[in-house]
Amino acid sequence: MKVLVPVKRVIDYNVKVRVKADGSGVDLANVKMSMNPFDEIAVEQAIRLKEAGKADEIVVVSIGVKQSQETLRTALAMGADRAILVNAADDVHTDIEPLAVAKILAKVVEEEQPGLVLAGKQAIDNDMNATGQMLSALLGWSQGTFASELDVDGDKAVVTREVDGGLQTIKVNMPTIVTVDLRLNEPRYASLPNIMKAKKKPLDEKTAADYGVDVTPRLEIVSTTEPEARAAGIIVGSVDELVGKLKEAGAV
Amino acid sequence: MAVLLLAEVTDGALALDATAKAVTAATKLGDVTVLAAGASAADAGAEAAKIAGVSKVLVAEDASLGHRLAEPTAALIAGLASDYEHIVAPATTDAKNVLPRVAALLDVMVISDVSAVVDGNTFERPIYAGNAIQTVKSSDAKKVVSFRTATFDAAGDGGSASVETISAADNPALSEWIEDKVAESDRPELTSAGVVVSGGRGVGSEDDFKLIENLADKLGAAVGASRAAVDSGYAPNDWQVGQTGKVVAPELYVAVGISGAIQHLAGMKDSKIIVAINKDEEAPIFQVADYGLVADLFEAVPELMEKLG
Repeated sequence: MKVLVPVKRVIDYNVKVRVKADGSGVDLANVKMSMNPFDEIAVEQAIRLKEAGKADEIVVVSIGVKQSQETLRTALAMGADRAILVNAADDVHTDIEPLAVAKILAKVVEEEQPGLVLAGKQAIDNDMNATGQMLSALLGWSQGTFASELDVDGDKAVVTREVDGGLQTIKVNMPTIVTVDLRLNEPRYASLPNIMKAKKKPLDEKTAADYGVDVTPRLEIVSTTEPEARAAGIIVGSVDELVGKLKEAGAV
Repeated sequence: MAVLLLAEVTDGALALDATAKAVTAATKLGDVTVLAAGASAADAGAEAAKIAGVSKVLVAEDASLGHRLAEPTAALIAGLASDYEHIVAPATTDAKNVLPRVAALLDVMVISDVSAVVDGNTFERPIYAGNAIQTVKSSDAKKVVSFRTATFDAAGDGGSASVETISAADNPALSEWIEDKVAESDRPELTSAGVVVSGGRGVGSEDDFKLIENLADKLGAAVGASRAAVDSGYAPNDWQVGQTGKVVAPELYVAVGISGAIQHLAGMKDSKIIVAINKDEEAPIFQVADYGLVADLFEAVPELMEKLG
C-alpha cells in the first residue's frame, strides 16, 4: 500500500507571531519555519506503517511556495521515500486555502493511487481544520478525523477519534483519509546520516496549473489585528488576599 | 436570507448550550432553521424549537445519522443546501468533522471557529491559536461557518418554532460506528467548564498532579494541563490546554506551576479571570494573570483549598 502524506510549512510553534503593520497578515519574513506539528505526526505514522509491513511506499506532498522544499526534505529525512512539491505561490505570505489544496491533492491522489492519505488535523497557522475532510468529500472516500489510534487491516481501518468529552471508535472503508491528532504518536527526529541521505531522495516539482486547479482565494483577508491585550493584573501578597480578590470579583 | 444550523445532538439528546450559542450568532445572518439529525432526534428537535430566535426545526431520524458519521450527515446537509445561504454549526468536534465535507461538496470554502459576525459575508476568526484575529470576506454564494461558542452568549428560551420531519440522504456506507468512550469523570467538560484548574511542569510528578485535581474538585472545575506537563507524563493529553490542545475560555482559569509558554497562553488567554500561582516571579504567565501569587504551589494550593472553605 502506498501512503500519501500532505505536509505544510508553517511558522515554528515556538515563535511568537507578529501581525504586520498593514494588517495584511502575520509577518513570515525572516521567521523560523517548520513542518506543521500535526503533519509531523502524520509522517511518523506513515513510517510506522511501513516499518510494520503495512505500507510499502511513503510519498509526501507540499503545496505552497518553493521554500516548502525544506519541509519536504525534513519528511524525507524522517523516512518518507519521495516528495512532490507543488508550486502554487511566489510570496511566502500567500496561504493557499484548504479547498484549493484539497483539489490539488485530489489530482495527486488520482495520479498516485494511494491506499491511505494521512494528514495533520489542522495547520497551526490558519487553524482552519478542513483540508482532510474536503479531500475526502472530493474523492467520495471515507474519513477518520482527529485520530489518536489507527489500525489498518486489509480493506478496513479502525480509527479512534478524539472528540469533545472522550473518544469515538469507527471503522472506515479503505482507501481512506485519516487526519491525525497529538496523541497518535511522538514523531522521531531525523538523524544526521538520514538528513544527508534525504538530499538524494527524489523530489518532483509541479505547479498548481499542471493540475488545472485555480487557487484564487474564496476568502478575502480584510484585516489582521492583534488580539485585545489583557488589562494589567496585580500580584497579590498572600493566599488570603487572593481569596478576597476572587470573592470580590464573584469568581468563587 | 435563510440559515441552516446543524444542532449538536449526541445519542438523541440536544447539547442545548452549544446549540443556543450558535443560534445567537446565526440570528445575525437571517432566519434560522435548525437541523436535528440522529438515530433519534425528535426530542432534540422539540427542545431546539423552544430556543428563542429559531423559526423552524427539521428533524431527520435514521440509523445512519446515529453517531454523526461525517459521510451521511454531510450528504444530508448538502442535499438541503439549495434553500439556504448560510450553513452553520457550533464549532464542536462533530461539526468540524462534518462542515468542511459539506463545504467541499458545495465547492465553497469553510470558515471555521468564527468569533464575530461582521455581516452576511464577513467574519472574524482567530488564527495562530488566537495570537491574531483575521477578518475575512467570502465571495462564495453559500457560506459554511462554525461558531466558536466561547464568544457568544446562549440564546434564551420561549421560542415555538414549527417542527418538520425530513428523510435522511442515502447512506454512502463508507464507515461504521464501533463505540464511544466517554471520559468517565464527574468533572465538567474542559472546553465548556466555567472554571478550569490547570497544572504545569512545576507540579513535578503524576502523583502530585492529584493536588491540581483536588483543587479542581473543590472549585467544581475541569482539570487542564500544559503541554510540558503532558509531555512529562504528569497528565493525559486530553487535558492539554494550548495551541496543540484545547482552547478554553472559562469564567475563572487557575494556572498552577505553569510558566506560560506562548503555546499554552494561546489556549487560555480569553478566560475572564486568570489566576497564576508560580514560584518564579519572572514567569510569563504573570503577564496575562489578573491575580498573580508568587509562592510555592505545594504550600499555596493546600492553603487556598482550606481558605475557600
